[in-house]
Amino acid sequence: MNILSIDTSNYVMGVAVVKSGIVIGEYTTNIKKNHSIRLMPAIDQLMKETNTLPEELDRIAVAQGPGSYTGVRIGLTTAKTMAWALDIPVVGVSSLEAVAGQGLFFDGYICPFFDARRGRVYTGLYNNRMEIVKPETNISMEDWLKELQNLDKQVLFLSQDVQVYEDMVRDTIGAQAVIPDGPYHFARPSLIAFAAQRKEPESLHELVPNYLRLPEAEAKWLAQQEK
Amino acid sequence: MSQDQYILAIETSCDETAVAIVKNERELVTNVVASQIESHKRFGGVVPEIASRHHIEQITITLEEALKEADLTIDDMDAITVTEGPGLVGALLVGVNAAKSIAFAKQKPLVGVHHIAGHIYANRLEKEFEFPLLSLVVSGGHTELILMREHGSYEIIGETRDDAAGEAYDKVARTLRLPYPGGPEIDRLAAEGEESIDFPRAWLEQGSYDFSFSGLKSAVINRLHNADQKGEKLRPEDIASSFQASVVDVLSTKAYRAAEEYGVKQLIVAGGVAANKGLRKALVDKFEESETELLIPPMHLCTDNAAMIAAAGAVAFNQGHRSGWDLNANPGLDLEQYGNRKYAAEKSP
Ligand SMILES: [Zn+2]
Repeated sequence: MNILSIDTSNYVMGVAVVKSGIVIGEYTTNIKKNHSIRLMPAIDQLMKETNTLPEELDRIAVAQGPGSYTGVRIGLTTAKTMAWALDIPVVGVSSLEAVAGQGLFFDGYICPFFDARRGRVYTGLYNNRMEIVKPETNISMEDWLKELQNLDKQVLFLSQDVQVYEDMVRDTIGAQAVIPDGPYHFARPSLIAFAAQRKEPESLHELVPNYLRLPEAEAKWLAQQEK
Repeated sequence: MSQDQYILAIETSCDETAVAIVKNERELVTNVVASQIESHKRFGGVVPEIASRHHIEQITITLEEALKEADLTIDDMDAITVTEGPGLVGALLVGVNAAKSIAFAKQKPLVGVHHIAGHIYANRLEKEFEFPLLSLVVSGGHTELILMREHGSYEIIGETRDDAAGEAYDKVARTLRLPYPGGPEIDRLAAEGEESIDFPRAWLEQGSYDFSFSGLKSAVINRLHNADQKGEKLRPEDIASSFQASVVDVLSTKAYRAAEEYGVKQLIVAGGVAANKGLRKALVDKFEESETELLIPPMHLCTDNAAMIAAAGAVAFNQGHRSGWDLNANPGLDLEQYGNRKYAAEKSP
């Protein structure tokens, strides 16, 4: 199976080509800039260098969010429309799961998160079989850390925004927290391709971003209706 | 043309997800518009984030519907065209990335199109252009007089210095507590009212083709406020009628003067406000005796749609314009610059 995977949901912009379970090419940048301008040239280049024609693709994998609303939509629109034009399945993979995959060899729980501003994060808890232990949510980091206290194993924190919350994590759950250095905090596009290979494709038209949050106008409107 | 040419277009600049196919530059094959108006009504206006969310939900469904209706496939298309701006950036991004993806998947030429060029070219699906021509573009975001000496060239000879005409309509409608969208409501009320209040007309300096509607908008709000304080009852129908008379008077008079000065063969009315009955009537009356032919598109081509993007995109494509894979949404895209850079890029197939 030939898979093209795409991730523009956060700072990372990633593209990978995986053929019969082998990562043939992978392209990643970590600058939150111009995903819309740079995505298709990156796909074009990687496809050319790996000698892959669009019609040779069997499946497209995409990071489905959470993340930047606009970023998630750029990747998802691209994946969905390309799959539609090629008449092949598209599979959405959680952007958090894509980061959690970097902790696959950790003996404990894996907590990927993205900063959602004002003390809140998008997060979830995985085990190292990539099974969800605590569902993905948009929550204040303070409340989330309370939930993580007294777990039976250590927790690996993976996030592009790890510096923002490092002190808070250490102050709250101390030695239970493991925060690595280096490249493990960023989603790898090839991991998205592998995750997508394991999943059953759903309806292409119904694939929409997992925002984990209502638009502000709608949240306000709903609050007003309740009054 | 020995062989038929098909152009697919996507338009998502505001709150309509639209896909259309045009054949041989001027023949409308299919025009599908998924409107979100119901979803935005409760907010009294378009909420950009919600518009973007709807676009991504609708985009492939709309594409599929258009091709099915036309009984064609992507392989039959000669080029993929898309609105690249101006508009809401998040909304535009869905259309732009969708167009790039189809073009890439099928290795087809990609052509970015200016939204206003589209509004003008909507008319060419009805009637062939004769140059020079003048276009009066009136919509929620635009009030412009554009001179075209040939295909793909745009010279702005007049534009609004503050509010667009459509914006003034929306604000006055809100003041009168009319349901959203307010423009058509005012038009409807105006037809039942009497032009009994003398609202100002902003003619600006001698010979200027620019517009200004913020003074008029304030005058309406002040008049209502004064009446309120004196306990005087004003009929909304009369306010609507008097307000519309002022807008329509300025628009039609300036368009007429410019048409005479530049000796244009056609005056093309474009944009959402072209659906306004008051404006249509005033222009028809004004140009009755004129040598200039007046063209107003049918209602379904006035409001945002993709057929107009295909019509403008087909011409750009045949003039040699190609966008690259780095095509981006451009919320502030300038029409004159867009026209001038037409032959620049040469990247997609
Ligand atoms: Zn428009």
